[in-house]
Amino acid sequence: MFDILIIGAGICGTSIARELTRFKLKIALVDKENDVSNGTTKANSAIIHAGYDPKPGTLMAELNSRGNPMFDTLCSRLQVPFKRIGSLVLAFNDTDLKTLGKLYKQGIQNRISKMEIIDRDQLRNLEPEINPAAIGALYAQTAGIVGPWELAIALAENAIDNGAELYLNSPVVSINKVDKVFTVTTDSAQFRSKVVINCAGVQADKINNLIAPPEFKIMPRRGEYYVLDKTAGKMVRHVVFQPPGDLGKGVLVTPTVHGNVLIGPNSERVSRDDAIETTAQGLEYIQKTAQQSFTNIPLHQTINIFAGLRAEPDTGDFIIAESPTVKGFINIAGIKSPGLSAAPAIAEKVVGIVDSILPALKPNQDFIETRREIIHFAELSDKAKARLIKKDPRYARIICRCENITEGEIVDAIHRNAGATTVDSVKRRVRPGTGRCQGGFCMPRVIEILAREQNQEMDNILKDGLNSPVLTGMTKSEEIRESEPAFTAPQLKEVEC
Amino acid sequence: MLNYELVVIGGGPAGLAAAIEARKNGVQNILVLERDLELGGILQQCIHNGFGLHIFKEELTGPEYAQRFINELLEMDIEYKTDTMVLDISEIKTITAVNKQDGLIQISANAIILAMGCRERTRGAIRIPGTRPAGVFTAGTAQRFINIEGYMVGRRIVILGSGDIGLIMARRLTLEGAKVLAVAELMPYSSGLTRNIVQCLHDYDIPLLLSHTVTDIRGKDRVTGVTISKVDQNLKPIPGSEKEYQCDTLLLSVGLIPENELSLQANIKLDPRTGGPIVNESMETSVEGIFACGNVVHVHDLVDYVTEEAQKAGAGAADYIFEEITEKIPAVPIVPQEGVNYIIPQNIRIDNLNGFLDLMLRVTSVYRNAKICVRADEKTIKEVKRPHLSPGEMERVRLNSNIMKTIRPKTISLYIDGEKTQYAI
Ligand SMILES: Cc1cc2nc3c(=O)[nH]c(=O)nc-3n(C[C@H](O)[C@H](O)[C@H](O)COP(=O)(O)OP(=O)(O)OC[C@H]3O[C@@H](n4cnc5c(N)ncnc54)[C@H](O)[C@@H]3O)c2cc1C
Ligand SMILES: Cc1cc2nc3c(=O)[nH]c(=O)nc-3n(C[C@H](O)[C@H](O)[C@H](O)COP(=O)(O)OP(=O)(O)OC[C@H]3O[C@@H](n4cnc5c(N)ncnc54)[C@H](O)[C@@H]3O)c2cc1C
Repeated sequence: MFDILIIGAGICGTSIARELTRFKLKIALVDKENDVSNGTTKANSAIIHAGYDPKPGTLMAELNSRGNPMFDTLCSRLQVPFKRIGSLVLAFNDTDLKTLGKLYKQGIQNRISKMEIIDRDQLRNLEPEINPAAIGALYAQTAGIVGPWELAIALAENAIDNGAELYLNSPVVSINKVDKVFTVTTDSAQFRSKVVINCAGVQADKINNLIAPPEFKIMPRRGEYYVLDKTAGKMVRHVVFQPPGDLGKGVLVTPTVHGNVLIGPNSERVSRDDAIETTAQGLEYIQKTAQQSFTNIPLHQTINIFAGLRAEPDTGDFIIAESPTVKGFINIAGIKSPGLSAAPAIAEKVVGIVDSILPALKPNQDFIETRREIIHFAELSDKAKARLIKKDPRYARIICRCENITEGEIVDAIHRNAGATTVDSVKRRVRPGTGRCQGGFCMPRVIEILAREQNQEMDNILKDGLNSPVLTGMTKSEEIRESEPAFTAPQLKEVEC
Repeated sequence: MLNYELVVIGGGPAGLAAAIEARKNGVQNILVLERDLELGGILQQCIHNGFGLHIFKEELTGPEYAQRFINELLEMDIEYKTDTMVLDISEIKTITAVNKQDGLIQISANAIILAMGCRERTRGAIRIPGTRPAGVFTAGTAQRFINIEGYMVGRRIVILGSGDIGLIMARRLTLEGAKVLAVAELMPYSSGLTRNIVQCLHDYDIPLLLSHTVTDIRGKDRVTGVTISKVDQNLKPIPGSEKEYQCDTLLLSVGLIPENELSLQANIKLDPRTGGPIVNESMETSVEGIFACGNVVHVHDLVDYVTEEAQKAGAGAADYIFEEITEKIPAVPIVPQEGVNYIIPQNIRIDNLNGFLDLMLRVTSVYRNAKICVRADEKTIKEVKRPHLSPGEMERVRLNSNIMKTIRPKTISLYIDGEKTQYAI
C-alpha cells in the first residue's frame, strides 16, 4: 500500500512528489501519458512571474511571491535552465501608465521587491528594438524564464532517485475509498493508498468527481504560440508584456532559456479538454498584437507553433486543499498561470496538508537534493570535449546538427530515471529536433538509437502519444505488418510497493 | 593541430567535384570532411534516374552519379574523413571537427571550400495550424526513411508542394503501395520539372492542385486528416473552399534553405535573396580564401550544375593557394533588376576572368516570350530569348570574358523583358 498517490505528473505533481520524498513515505506518481509533463506543463509561456499580477490575498498571489525566489536554488541543484532576465509591462498612453501604477501597488501589497516604473529612455536602453510608441514600462527585475518540462522531468527523476515510483501510460478511471484506504484504478492496474493528491490539470474536476461531489469546474482556455529560430534571439532581452486587458496578461514576446523567441499567447475558451490545436485566427491575432511591442518581428523565422490549455477554475483562484467531503483526498486544481511560478511553494504547502492527515512525518535521511550530472556537449570547452570523447566515444557522434547534440547525451536521456522513450521525449530532454531543421536530419538517427537502446524495431518507436508511431512498417511489406496493433494494453494487475 | 592546403567541408557532389578539381589544378594536400557515414551527400537517397544528362550525357541514378566522383576521388588518393562533423570554422581558417576515431580535431587550412548543402523548410516555417501528430514529414526525411532505412512513412498520403522532391516522392510512395491522394501547390504553377509532373503524377493519376494549400492538420497522435483550401491571387486561403482529406501522412516539399550556420561563424556575408554566401567569379566568399559551392550557395535543380559550380570553386581555391590571382578585390557588382530574383556570382574581378563567365539566375515570376537582358552600366549588351521562364527553373547566361575585359563596366545588371503572367512571388 502507498502512503501517497499523486494523479498527474505535470509541474504540480512532480514538485509535490519530490517534496514529499524528503519524508519516509511510499509515493506513487501516476499519469495517463507516456511521459511526465505532457499536459499544460509542456505548453506555456515558461515565465517565472515576479508576482505583482495576482490579486492580493489570493492563493495565487501568496504562492507566486513565495515560489519565485525558490527557483535559483531549485534549478541549480537539479541542473535545469533558469534565467532571471526581468520583465517589462509596456505602456503606450496615460491609461496604460495608470494601469502600471496599479500593478506596482499590487506588487508592493504582494511584497515583490525590485520593481520600478521606467521612462521611455530607460526602456529603450533595456530593449533597443522596442516599438518607439511605448512611453514607459513597469520593470520587475525578479521575473525569470525557465525550461518548464525540463524542470518537471528533473523533479520526477529526482523524486524517483529518492524512492518515489512513476507509473506512466496509466489513465485513472475510478477511485474508491473503503476503511480509510483509497483504491485507484487505471486502465491496467489497481493502486491502494492512504492519501490521494489530484494534480490532473485541465482534467482535475473529472478526477475530483470520481470520488467527491462536484465542488468546482475547470473551463479550459487555450493559448497559442510561435517559436522563432535562435537567429532571431537577439531581438528581445526581457519578458515583454503588453498592458494587461480583460483576457489576462496579454500577448508577450520573450527569449526562451535556449535562446529562441517565444510569442503568444491568445486566450480563447474551448469546449474540449484536449483542444491543443493551433488555429489560423489565433495565430493571426497573436501576430497583430505582438507587433505593438516590436514592430519588426521576423515571423518568417518561425520554427514551430503550439498551443496549451489553462486550467481556469470557476472559483477564480487556485484550489489547494483537502476535500471537505472526502478525507485524505487533496485537490490541487485550477492551477492556471502563475502555476509554474508557484509550483515549488505549492509543494511546500501540500506537505503541510499531508502532515495534518498522516501521523507524524519522519524525515528521509537518504534524501539527495541533486541529480547525476547532465552533460551538454555543445557547452563544454574544447579541452573538456576532447577528454569526454576519450572516455566515451559516443560523445563524438553528433546526431543533431542544428543544436550539436551527441549520441552520448541521447543515450543518457533514455537511461535516466523518468527517461525518454519516444522521439518527442528525447527532444524535451536533450533538444535534438528543436532547431531549425525540426528533426528533418536527426529524427531517423534518434529513432535508430531509441530502437537499439530499448530493443525495439524502428517501426515501433512513437513520436509522442501512445498511438503515434512514426513509421508504418517496412517497405514492400505493408500487408504483413498491417494487422499488428501498435500497442497492446497489459492485463489489469494490482500494484504492490 | 593538423595542416592542410585545402579543406573541403561536405562530401556531397559539390564537395567531391571541388576537391577533385583542386587536385587537377595541382593542390596536393587536401582533406574532405563529411558528417554522414558515406560520401555522396543527399544523392545517396535519390535512387531515381535522371542525373548526369548534361555532364555525362546519360541518365544515372543519384548514387551512380555520386559514385563516379567518389571513384575519382579514391583514384586520386584524396584524403577524406566520414562520420566527421565540422563544429566551427574561424575567419583565420581554423576548423574544429569531431569524430569517433580522432575525437576533437583542429585543422588549419590555407583555403577552405564550403559544400554543406541545404536543409528542408519545415511545417513551422510555413506555419500550418492544427495539431502536432506523428505523420508530418518533410519529403527528404521521408525519402531517407524509405530509400535508405527501408521503412514506410504512411499509407494514405497528401503532399504539399510540387517541387521535384515532392513529385519524385509521390511516385515512390505509390510504387511502395501507398495511396497518394493529392499534391497541393500554393503557386499557380509547379516549381518542378515538367518531366517529373508527367512521369510522377500524370502516369499514376495523382491530382495536382495548383493554387491550393493545406490549412489544417488533424489527429491527436497520428495524422487523421488535413484540410486543403484554394488560395486567391495574394496566396490567401479562400473561405468556403475547404476540402477535407482523410490521410495518415502529410509530406512537405516546401523548399530548401542553404545550410550556412558555419559560414556565419566565419563572418561570411550572406545574400538575403539566396540565403547563401555572396561569391565572386571563382566562388570565393567575402572572407578571403574561403570558397563555397553547391546548395550551400543557392538551391540548384540539377546536380550537373552543382558539379560545374564546384569545379569553379576547386580551380579558384587552387589559384588562391598558388597565389595566381592578379586582382584581389571584386570590383564589379552584378545586380538583379526587373524580374530577376538573384544572380550567382554577385560580383566579379574582371582581370581574373578566363574563357566564359556563366551567370546563374532565377526569375521572380512566370514569363512567356521573354528575353533575359544583360546591361553593362547603361548599355544593354546581350539578350537571350526564352519562350518560357519560371522561378522553378534556374537559368544560365554565358558572357564572353574578352568582351568584359574590353568594355570594363562598373556594374552589370540583368533584367527580364517579356510577358509576365499575372502572378508574382
Ligand atoms: C498558455 C499558457 C501560458 C502559461 N504561462 C505561464 C507562465 O508563464 N508562468 C506560469 O507560472 N504559469 C503559466 N501557465 C500556467 C502553468 O503552465 C500551469 O499552471 C502548470 O503547467 C500546471 O501544471 P499542472 O501540473 O497543474 O498541470 P498539467 O501540466 O496539465 O499536468 C496534469 C497532468 O495530469 C495528467 N492527467 C489528467 N487526467 C489524468 C487521468 N485521468 N489519469 C492520469 N493522469 C491524468 C495529465 O496527463 C497531465 O500530465 C500558463 C498556462 C498556459 C496554458
Ligand atoms: C531531399 C533532397 C532531395 C533531392 N533530390 C534531387 C533530385 O531528385 N534530383 C536532383 O537533380 N537534385 C535533387 N536534389 C538537389 C540536390 O541536393 C543537389 O543537386 C545536390 O545534391 C547538391 O549537392 P551539394 O553537394 O551541394 O549538397 P549535398 O548533397 O546536400 O551535400 C552536402 C554534404 O555536406 C555534409 N555536411 C553538411 N554540414 C556538414 C558539417 N558541418 N560537417 C561535415 N559535413 C557536413 C552533408 O552531410 C552532405 O553530405 C535534392 C535535394 C534534397 C535536399
